[in-house]
Amino acid sequence: MDYSKVKICDLVKGIKDKTFSSESVVKFFIDKIEKNKEYNAVIEVFSDAIDKAKEVDSKILNGEKLGLLAGVPVIIKDNILAKGKKASCASAFLKDFVSPYSATIVKKLENEGAIIIARANMDEFAMGGSCEKSVYGATLNSKDKTRVAGGSSGGSAVSVGLGLCPIAIGTDTGGSIRQPSSFNGVVGIKPTYGTVSRYGIVAFASSTDQAGPITRTIEDNEYVLEILAGKDENDQTSIENDLGEKLIKDKYTIGLCKELMDKIKQLPQYACFNKTIESLKQNGFDVKEVSVPHIANSLACYYILSPAEATSNLARFDGVKYTSRSKEATTLEEIYVKSRSEGFGDEVKRRIMLGNFVLSSGYFDAYYKRAKKLQVLLKKEFESAFSYCDVIITPTTPGKAFKLGEKSLDPVSMYLEDLFTVPASIVGIPALSVPYGKDEDSNMPLGLQLMGKNNSEKVLYDVAKYVFKEEIYGI
Amino acid sequence: MEYDVVIGLEIHAELKTNTKVFCSCKNEFGAGHNKNTCPVCTGMPGALPIINKRAVELCIKAGLCFGCQINEYAVMERKNYFYPDLSKAYQISQLVYPICLNGGITLENGEFKALNRIHLEEDAGKLNHISRAVGTLVDYNRGGTPLIEIVTEPVFHSAEEVDEFLKKIREALIFADIANCKMEQGGMRCDVNLSLKPQGSDKLGTRTEMKNLNSFKSVFRAINYEIERQKEVLENRGVVLQETRKWDDNLGENFTMRSKEEAQDYRYFPDPDILPMIITREDIEKVKAEIPTLPQTRRNTYINDYQISKPDALILTSSKYISDYFENCVKIYNNPKKISNWIVTDVLRIVKDGEDLTFPINEKDLTTIIQMVEDKKLTKSNGLIVMEKVISSNKNPEQIAKEMNLISSITEEQIAKILEQFKLENPKAVQDLKTDPKVISFIIGYVMKNTQGKANGAIVKQLVDKMFN
Repeated sequence: MDYSKVKICDLVKGIKDKTFSSESVVKFFIDKIEKNKEYNAVIEVFSDAIDKAKEVDSKILNGEKLGLLAGVPVIIKDNILAKGKKASCASAFLKDFVSPYSATIVKKLENEGAIIIARANMDEFAMGGSCEKSVYGATLNSKDKTRVAGGSSGGSAVSVGLGLCPIAIGTDTGGSIRQPSSFNGVVGIKPTYGTVSRYGIVAFASSTDQAGPITRTIEDNEYVLEILAGKDENDQTSIENDLGEKLIKDKYTIGLCKELMDKIKQLPQYACFNKTIESLKQNGFDVKEVSVPHIANSLACYYILSPAEATSNLARFDGVKYTSRSKEATTLEEIYVKSRSEGFGDEVKRRIMLGNFVLSSGYFDAYYKRAKKLQVLLKKEFESAFSYCDVIITPTTPGKAFKLGEKSLDPVSMYLEDLFTVPASIVGIPALSVPYGKDEDSNMPLGLQLMGKNNSEKVLYDVAKYVFKEEIYGI
Repeated sequence: MEYDVVIGLEIHAELKTNTKVFCSCKNEFGAGHNKNTCPVCTGMPGALPIINKRAVELCIKAGLCFGCQINEYAVMERKNYFYPDLSKAYQISQLVYPICLNGGITLENGEFKALNRIHLEEDAGKLNHISRAVGTLVDYNRGGTPLIEIVTEPVFHSAEEVDEFLKKIREALIFADIANCKMEQGGMRCDVNLSLKPQGSDKLGTRTEMKNLNSFKSVFRAINYEIERQKEVLENRGVVLQETRKWDDNLGENFTMRSKEEAQDYRYFPDPDILPMIITREDIEKVKAEIPTLPQTRRNTYINDYQISKPDALILTSSKYISDYFENCVKIYNNPKKISNWIVTDVLRIVKDGEDLTFPINEKDLTTIIQMVEDKKLTKSNGLIVMEKVISSNKNPEQIAKEMNLISSITEEQIAKILEQFKLENPKAVQDLKTDPKVISFIIGYVMKNTQGKANGAIVKQLVDKMFN
């Protein structure tokens, strides 16, 4: 049986009803992972997966109560810790690191009976937008092997895009769930900041890092997010988020960000975007322009704040403890300098240097402090925009998945990929990417991004149903 | 040339909490290597700090003890630097928005010494240099232990002033149960910033810093050494370099550790893992209610209101236990001076010095004995016998005095009669009374002998004065 297009709730039901076993489901997906190795989406299949599936099956036979994800396979991004398993952040530096504890979300998934079957490839330390910056090599796009997976959660999005698992967990700091979801025709959400505990997820930029599910359908996505969400005593920045109420009114008001429209109108996908607006109107929704005056500064703000935090977050990878130590090092200074020089890839080094620069004395006020001020301003501007609408839509990315190697020598054009995704990260609001069209020339999937006010994920899911095109998944 | 000495201090004290400041590991000295550690305090990837509310309260408490302003809004920041004892390669500390600002304490000479701030931070682990072959091992037990850093203004001018100030700080922190300040365990450390300037000049000289001095003695010696060293440099027309110097207590000298050029840029920024703290009036009031009257205030009361001598007042306030004990006694029996005498000379004599000092007799029993002596029901020496018996038997003083037949049952008339008898037998002794001080003890001995020791010496003395003069 092909389990890759079965809804999660039906998988759970089938396993609980003994229509099929968790073992057969897990075996099916592991088999599929093996057959699709060339895409390089998965770094490692965990050897205990089938045993754990058998455990679930025997529990069912014994009539034990099982959770909402009983026997369902999940792939996690390689920066999420599961006790006793490797988590390398796709970095040479952490290649042999074995997690001494489990992330809160791993515990939550396992408590509901999920089977963590594998870890997915990513850009090193979640820095990148193509999934090419991995020590394990690039992940290929699930719809076109000559194109990038997107990043940084490229391995997770491609896994779902290829049907290697019903659920993949990604992390999103400036667009790292949404952009690869868009590139692979799958559904991915960056929840309201704090909704999903960060405990046990290797930090990149703490104040915008959020984990979220990547799935084939909107229903599946909502199903999983409800499980992941919740205040965690181990993460002070986590919040209690019930994801809001859907259908609070008959019609939603859709906002178009005035300051981005000129840019959007120039994109090749504008026709598709415009068609979507028309269809929303036909569904009775109000569509109006709203203003977020400083939205264009988000990118600059993000590329100051996130490297600043990353610099500090990545300082613990120093060759002293769990990271590999340079064999050349003979003094303490050399342990630091040589180990870090060997351990980190170029993109990570670039951001560490950037971060150190904006935090250093004499520059702190001009960069970090001003970026912080802008962040506060943007929050206010979004708040005021959301007093006129329920959801703001933009394309998730400026374009379709680009060719492998196309942008790898031009970091700035790579950073511009984050233009539409970064604002929601900076202000902390939820943002969902759903497949809504195809690029006419290449037939590659395109994603629409829906942003909402804090704790209104259910509104996003609800509106997304009107634009979601399920058939794109199977290009 | 004459110079003015200018000294500023940074004092670190480990807070008395059950658990560490950002995780639930035990805050305990002397556990096995890395025994009290977890993903948070070893800086594992993905681990996040959760701030210990008690540590924040103790920092507020310290601020209240020293008259600081408690900030409504306080922020934990990251101080970034690499060292193997610092697991995350940043220390969580405070910079722009510390919990406490200003404040200070007054020295015995009346001079006020101002604080700049008190902030909360975490301690680092410890490196153990084993051998060339094995190398250096790190122990993170101390990593994440809560510290307060008390930063003074540059207001000290001599080692003596600093010494008194540090002792007062330590005394208050211990008294208010904020910190143990066990200096030999690193529970309290002091950094000294010191510079010289020509006498009367407004312009501060270049300062040096000496870090982690962990005894009053080494602070004292290090300051005096550094004053002389800087004087010598200046007098030879040299330039004092801005640098960190390491004090070697064995050699009794210091040497360059890090120059200004090598100084670190700590790249402080607010820790995004820890929400800014909002400290409310209620939070402050709650902490305030915990603060006992501090030793300085108590001493003033003892000296000014109770007419107790300064040395005795110092002994009575040497620990909160003794001071509370004394005050409880005074509440039961309002005779502070006598109680003070008893505690200082008689009770403390039989108590062993130790960490957890407690007296083997409770306040009620002690005051009962003192009162019996004052009421002349017991002689002082019998009072001491009763005290010892109370301690060894757990019976109450009256009972013991009765059982041992120690209560003075001899009346003044009986004593007067015996004295008459004495005069008859020893007329010469009575004559010599004024010139020979030994005679009075002779008389008292005579009376005691004739009363089986039950007469009260003080009464005998009074009667002798009355009858023989």
